[in-house]
Amino acid sequence: MDRTLDNLKQRKVKAFLFKSFVWFCGILTVGILIYILLFILLKGVPKINLKFLFGEYNSETLSVFSSMVTTVQMIVLSLLISVPIGVFCAIYLAEYAKRGNKAVKVIRLAIDTLAGIPSIVYGLFGMIFFVQILGFRASVLSGICTISIMILPVIISSSEEAIKSVPDTYREGSLGLGATRLRTVFRIVLPTAMPGILAGIILAIGRIVGETAALIFTSGTNVLKNPSLNLMASQRTLAIHMYMLASEGLPHSRDMAFATGSILILVVFVVNYATTKLAGRIGRSQ
Amino acid sequence: MTDKIKIENVDLFYGDFQALKNVNMNIKENEITAFIGPSGCGKSTLLKSLNRMNDLIEGVKITGRILLDDVDIYKDMDATVLRRRVGMVFQKPNPFPMSIYENVAYGPKTHGVKGKAQLDEIVEKSLRSAAMWDEVKDRLKKSALGLSGGQQQRLCIARAFSVNPEVILLDEPTSALDPISTMKIEDLLVEIKKDYTIIIVTHNMQQATRISDKTAFFLVGEIIEFDETERLFSMPKNKKTEDYITGRFG
Amino acid sequence: MRNRFDRELDTLNLELIKMGSMIESAIEYSSKALINQDLSLVKKVNELEIEIDDMERTIESHCLKLLLQQQPVASDLRIISTALKMITDMERIGDNAEDIAEITKNLVNQKFIKDIVHIPQMAEATTSMVKRSIDAFVNKDKKQAEEVCRSDDIVDNLFDIIKEELIEKIQENKSNGEQAIDLLMIAKYFERIGDHAENIAEWVIFSITGEHKMP
Repeated sequence: MDRTLDNLKQRKVKAFLFKSFVWFCGILTVGILIYILLFILLKGVPKINLKFLFGEYNSETLSVFSSMVTTVQMIVLSLLISVPIGVFCAIYLAEYAKRGNKAVKVIRLAIDTLAGIPSIVYGLFGMIFFVQILGFRASVLSGICTISIMILPVIISSSEEAIKSVPDTYREGSLGLGATRLRTVFRIVLPTAMPGILAGIILAIGRIVGETAALIFTSGTNVLKNPSLNLMASQRTLAIHMYMLASEGLPHSRDMAFATGSILILVVFVVNYATTKLAGRIGRSQ
Repeated sequence: MTDKIKIENVDLFYGDFQALKNVNMNIKENEITAFIGPSGCGKSTLLKSLNRMNDLIEGVKITGRILLDDVDIYKDMDATVLRRRVGMVFQKPNPFPMSIYENVAYGPKTHGVKGKAQLDEIVEKSLRSAAMWDEVKDRLKKSALGLSGGQQQRLCIARAFSVNPEVILLDEPTSALDPISTMKIEDLLVEIKKDYTIIIVTHNMQQATRISDKTAFFLVGEIIEFDETERLFSMPKNKKTEDYITGRFG
Repeated sequence: MRNRFDRELDTLNLELIKMGSMIESAIEYSSKALINQDLSLVKKVNELEIEIDDMERTIESHCLKLLLQQQPVASDLRIISTALKMITDMERIGDNAEDIAEITKNLVNQKFIKDIVHIPQMAEATTSMVKRSIDAFVNKDKKQAEEVCRSDDIVDNLFDIIKEELIEKIQENKSNGEQAIDLLMIAKYFERIGDHAENIAEWVIFSITGEHKMP
């Protein structure tokens, strides 16, 4: 009897220590995040003014307006290219390909490899292929093409996951009613997989917004006075704007770098929030 | 009464494993036929062959003929056309993650029905056939996943009705349901059999005696006995049948 | 594999055998009571008849319980429904034996108008029929049950002989009438016992073949 009591005390102490450690790690993580956010926001937000947000770019205002427009262009157009390709590829892999098919193995290998390539290597590739060989020159177009390839694996993986997690019973129910496989995929499987696919898109957007290395070599660091939708022009994105400002030695630039950083953080929050809400809406309507 | 379905010399293989051995059977129109037998005996496999749902499994090979109204369902019929004529209700209720209305309208829409008035009519008629209309008529737009298990299964039955099939296949449809839902579904099947041909796989022998006109006893892929239900359960001809139904094995 | 159910069926057989031996005793005692003009045996028959009624109720509720709990089919169902029918006929045999004993009370102090020879033979025959029917049920022996059905002819013949002899006695002397009628009624009850025993055998055949044999 005595032995079990001793053991009990030991176990309780162990549990308490472990729980405290876990708590500590959690608080540490949150603490770091909050510290970083506060650091940037406290330095950056006071510097934000209307001229900075929407004014013409010059060495005084260091306006982010055209960079923001470029960033949005980048997100929208690269998604437009890679989401259809990625989702259809995922449909092929999850629904139509036979198990153990050689082609499937090759495709998966390709996707996994693409996912692991560092973004600067993409930048180099983009620079040689799009900028020089195809002659797009340093331009938003080159950036979009490069980014599309970069986010393709992310879209494919998460879409494939999402499609695979749709229960087979739904497919059976649809086919049992005489629907073709095609109709089953588009009317039943895809709508059900939508939250997962959107999650992949959010991840992709996150990567695009934060991308610098790949874009420096392809869309360049140029900034126009006023925002332009010209795809062939070389323009910088928000992240690159921040990089440029931070690398100039001037105190004014450094301050505005923090301001840009704050905008970036805000953009990320807004995008995440919006897409989460959207996914939730779609999830509930089912 | 005519033979709605004729099964002739059917063998079925999953890879090397033979799941059905030389199955021969005629299923009459407007009757309820029950398939009974221990687990793994082939009754569900045969059921799934009748609407070619076995096609979806890799490595399945089937020889022999299955005829619906004297037409070979493998050689002379398109699978999607077959599945409209031969509907299926599965063991676990599987409504789509959509509204009740959309669930029932999915089938007709698939086969070309477009007008809203027409769809409304079909949805109402199908839900009435499943004895569900009064329960759900005020919440057709609500998600089907919010229904209870028994209601979901009756919704799946309504969905099967929506494409106006001639044959309905049910694979242990009440095994996951409570007794009252089970009773409602059994009463439903007996009531509608005058308009449909019904085949039901069941583990519950009392259910077979309650609702079926004919019963087939399967063992290791073969049909051991196929007879009028009353006769099979009171005076089985084959000792293996007697041993199974009296619970002396399996 | 259905151990509990099989044990219950064994118990049912034992109960039927027990009830069978009770009615065999009742038949024997009623016959001996007549031959030996022994009132104490009459009393024994009365006591047995009460026990036979109780036994019928016990077996009946046992059968109903089995129907409820086990939902038997095929041969199991036939066995239990046969048991239910058998005990009705067996209980009636008990009643008949008591009827015989009651009449015997009247005859206790009288001198017999004729030697009582055939009635004991009827008693023996019917006792044997009951025993063999129940054996046939327990052993699922169709042949034995069919033999029992044929044996009823012997009992019917004995009744005809007794009837002839008693008619003669009445024609000999009018005052023989009362006893003759009592004896005739006793013989009739034995003949009824034979019929009930034959019924039991027919039900046994049903439990084995599923068909009711029409004689």
